[in-house]
Amino acid sequence: MNRREFLKGTSVLTAGAACLPFLKVMPAQAGGNETLVVVMGSTINSLDIHRSGTNRPSYQVAVNCYDRLLTFGTKTLEDGSLSYDYDNLQGELAESWEVSEDGRTLTFTLREATFWDGRPVTAQDVKWSFDRAVTLGGFPTTQMAAGSTTSPEQFEAVDERTFRITLPHASKLTLPNLTTPIAIVINSELALEHATDDDPWATEYLHRNPAGSGAFQVERWEPGQQLVYRRNPDWASGELPGAERIILREVPSASTRRALLERGNIQLSQDVPPRDAMELDAHPDVAVVSTPIENCLHVLCPNLRFEPFQDVRVRQAIAWAVPYEAIMQNAAYGRGVPMWGGDNSTADDIQWPQPFPYHTNLDRARALMAESDYPDGFEVPLSFDLGQADWAESTALLIQESLGQIGITVTLDRIPGANWRTRALVDKQLPLHLENFGGWLNTPCYYFFWAYIEGNLFNSSNYHSDEIARLVDETLFMEMDDPDYAPKIRRMIEIAFEDVPRIPLYQPTLNVAMQPNIDGYTFWYHRQLDQRVLHSR
Amino acid sequence: MTTLTADGASPLAGVRRFLRHLLYVMTDNPMTAFAFMLFLLIVGAALVGPWLVPYDPLATNAGSTLQPPSWQHWFGTDQLGRDVFSRVVVATRLDLMIAVSAVAIAFVIGSTLGAIAGFYGGWAERITGRCMDTIMAFPLFVLAMGIVAAAGNTVENIIYATAIINLPFYARMARTEVAVRRNAGFVQAARLSGNADWRILAFQIFPNSLPPMMVQISLNMGWAILNAAGLSFIGLGVIPPTPEWGIMVAEGANYIISGHWWLALFPGLALMLAVFTFNLLGDGLRDLVDPQRRT
Amino acid sequence: MTHLARSRLVGWRLLQAIPVIVGIIIVSFLLTRALPGDPAAYFAGPAADAASIEQIRVSMGLDRPLPVQFVAYVQDLVRGDLGISISTGQPVMHELTTRLPASLELTGVALLFSIAIAMPLGILAATRPNSWVDHLCRAVVTAGVSLPTFFTGLALIYVFYYLLGWSPSPMGRLDFLHLSPPKVTGFYVIDALLARDLETARAALAQLLLPAITLGLFTLAPIARMTRAAMLQILEGEFIRTARAAGLPRRQVLFTYALRNAILPVITTLGMVFSFALGANVLVEKVFSWPGIGSYAVEALVVSDYAAVQGFVLTMALLFVTLNLIIDVIYTLVDPRLGLEE
Repeated sequence: MNRREFLKGTSVLTAGAACLPFLKVMPAQAGGNETLVVVMGSTINSLDIHRSGTNRPSYQVAVNCYDRLLTFGTKTLEDGSLSYDYDNLQGELAESWEVSEDGRTLTFTLREATFWDGRPVTAQDVKWSFDRAVTLGGFPTTQMAAGSTTSPEQFEAVDERTFRITLPHASKLTLPNLTTPIAIVINSELALEHATDDDPWATEYLHRNPAGSGAFQVERWEPGQQLVYRRNPDWASGELPGAERIILREVPSASTRRALLERGNIQLSQDVPPRDAMELDAHPDVAVVSTPIENCLHVLCPNLRFEPFQDVRVRQAIAWAVPYEAIMQNAAYGRGVPMWGGDNSTADDIQWPQPFPYHTNLDRARALMAESDYPDGFEVPLSFDLGQADWAESTALLIQESLGQIGITVTLDRIPGANWRTRALVDKQLPLHLENFGGWLNTPCYYFFWAYIEGNLFNSSNYHSDEIARLVDETLFMEMDDPDYAPKIRRMIEIAFEDVPRIPLYQPTLNVAMQPNIDGYTFWYHRQLDQRVLHSR
Repeated sequence: MTTLTADGASPLAGVRRFLRHLLYVMTDNPMTAFAFMLFLLIVGAALVGPWLVPYDPLATNAGSTLQPPSWQHWFGTDQLGRDVFSRVVVATRLDLMIAVSAVAIAFVIGSTLGAIAGFYGGWAERITGRCMDTIMAFPLFVLAMGIVAAAGNTVENIIYATAIINLPFYARMARTEVAVRRNAGFVQAARLSGNADWRILAFQIFPNSLPPMMVQISLNMGWAILNAAGLSFIGLGVIPPTPEWGIMVAEGANYIISGHWWLALFPGLALMLAVFTFNLLGDGLRDLVDPQRRT
Repeated sequence: MTHLARSRLVGWRLLQAIPVIVGIIIVSFLLTRALPGDPAAYFAGPAADAASIEQIRVSMGLDRPLPVQFVAYVQDLVRGDLGISISTGQPVMHELTTRLPASLELTGVALLFSIAIAMPLGILAATRPNSWVDHLCRAVVTAGVSLPTFFTGLALIYVFYYLLGWSPSPMGRLDFLHLSPPKVTGFYVIDALLARDLETARAALAQLLLPAITLGLFTLAPIARMTRAAMLQILEGEFIRTARAAGLPRRQVLFTYALRNAILPVITTLGMVFSFALGANVLVEKVFSWPGIGSYAVEALVVSDYAAVQGFVLTMALLFVTLNLIIDVIYTLVDPRLGLEE
């Protein structure tokens, strides 16, 4: 790329630009040609979401550079901020789609779109991309399976622009699952040119070179430093992005990110810790958007493999002993939705998450402990992920202090982020720990499937209930407007209230801070920044 | 080169002379006197600090978080409402303990290995030499990180890691000091009078190499404290809620930009003061044991 | 000293380095294998189950016994293949070659800064031993080494960037308005100057300033202390007394005779200081988002990125061995006693 061109594109918007005399003299540019600078705390380690080892922050490349068949519409939340709308499924690459009578055949008609190299997007590309996702193994395969798509035989390119999915059974999750960052459409011909016998899915090539039809192309990628997006002027699957170029900088220190924003050197900061979000909110020149993360809870998990926690009275005692209010103030800094103090022990509706019928009541907790098999208390380590320390550390300290008052001696165990998954979720050996699972697909049954079914990844409490297992089985694929659905979900929630294998602390928020003149920020369930909708006023 | 034990005919006279010299160094160098007073203060805080502090260093108070310094809370309160002053004072013991144990282990093992290498030479020397070179070839802080990451972050592992990265200093020093005395007159004399090798090494040569090592110990103490603090900053240090300076600075560092400077400043000052003290003390000790300055 | 003797000396030094490097390969291999994380679980991604993790473990060769893994590792090493880093997804070799100059540039500038301050302080202290100047110098440099670098770094950012706005945003080697200069040496300032791009050179230097000062403050003490000690020793020496007695000007005695002799131990210290600084770099890079190998190593360590940690350690070891060699050579060149023999 030509240096001069790059500088030309760089707008006068940024405060730093004022120091550069040769940029000052450039004509003021019309809106839509601007460069936005976004900072994040983590590293993008691959441009290919299907590749094994690709970390979560890298998913945003899939969001911004690739198209999916489907997407969700946008809705305005109560606080005036924007969010995706789970109830409003829309076409992205698909112009239209049809669901057969039995719900087992989905037929998509593609719109006329081209990849960046000018080649038209065909149904064959969709098939190749989906085949790739279900074949490569690991996360993409697991996520595809959530939509009941597990094998290449289910995908069929009927003609150039017609693509068909056949399902073993109807499922309400299949269509929403096609909006996830996993279900991207890749330029299969370009990828195949770089495939080898050892690497038939071109993972090496796509790892460094995205090949999509999306709104942004990657102009340069310096891992550990920055990624620069450039707008694809020919994007067909949505409204052209407001920013011509977006520079995504990696700044590991949260303090530095905050200082950059406060000084006006950047336009937007992703992953803002709750305390900074609270304080930046008071700052006149910074706008903070905190969106409660759908289907996500910060929970305290007593592991049933640890003997005292097999006693439901002990689990309930803990649920009565947790200092919810203090955690909300000193760990979440008010950025969250209370999930305690529910009115009664039955669920009135199927809203999820909803407040559990517990609040801080040490007398009640002590009484339950006295009734239990462990009246004299016990010792237990409380583990948390160091990568989550910004909320988990204070939370753990507050819980430690509170449980000490009902006779449970807690020691803190900080686990480095890299070991966390293995120890907490795969081995499921941590006696008491803080967990933060959130389901991408926003249905209660989906949350219960991952977090309350024995053996499933996020059930790190090793909880099992025959009834919940049966209810999840029955509801997972059921349409939500089915009259049977709501009673079954209510029952599930009631059991969760009673058994508390996961004690909810609060529903966290996703915090993003930006200059007040930035518009269009939209919350997504995948928690990635959708750069396509950002623009400055 | 005269040394502490080799020059005094009567041990009492030696001690008296040493004290006189100590007094001389103190009065001659105000920095050393200052450092010595600080040292006493730190040791005092470590010994009796926990009984003197006004608040429980672990007690959180959701009602008064992030309070700036005041008469109630001299150093303010932290994000959980804990009293920073109490935490800073109580932390002294742990920090000192880490530094003392780490340096003690490094000194004992390092100087033993070094003394043996220096005394016998040959393969013993070559092998320990190469081992120490290997340790030294790592950026030392990164090696400490690696060890703690691999072994798990407990106080013991922090001590071991700090001890290991300090080993080569003592080993090399002991080797050199012993090697130059290996064939000294008093050693020859001891050998002729039928003393076993290890006796000569332990009672004749080794005590003579102690003074320069004392300097190293003092300097390393400061360094060991900084090392533990650095590990805490990365998240590999002491586990909260235990008060420890490094972790308090590391946690407080995140609050500097938001204007809550007291969280990092006071433990930072305590940390700096301790390291400062040991470093100055090391310099002072150097003067104390330096025979050139004793005349 | 003859040419032959000198090259023999260099050869001997090289030979001595071999067992050290072997030791380093073994230690770094064992250390990384002892790291508690599970790269297979990391590779398998957020929703993987035990079976897919096992599958990846097998494909990464992590199910084989340690000696077999070690042999495979050494074989790759001989071919110059350091493996692929899981945290950044890039070949480790590529990562190290792009990140090493960043760290070296930072450490180099920091050392220059440190030398520029510490040597005059040391000389000043040595000329007036035990005066208040001496004590003040000592207090200043000791205070520098007593401050944790991450604390100094953040404090400097707070004051000079956040409050005063004098310093550019602490976002790595260049702010987003400038592009990295065409790569020649990898040092941005030098490369930009070579490309006659003063604007970029200025910007790169501005980015360097705060982290270099942070690191430099930390390295003042050993240099100043060594300069002072060496100068003191030399100044008390016979030949200085003679020179003074002969009525040579004070300045000439100090800088021509004393300093030239005192510089030797200082240079030896520099090797140590460099090692020290590279270790401290880790923390400074983290604070300033500096894309060097120190911050890379921290990240790698945290996610149990075997290949990256090993590559980092090996590079460091080679760097140190080379550095010590260079110091030895400089030593032979500068040492007047050796010079006289020639």
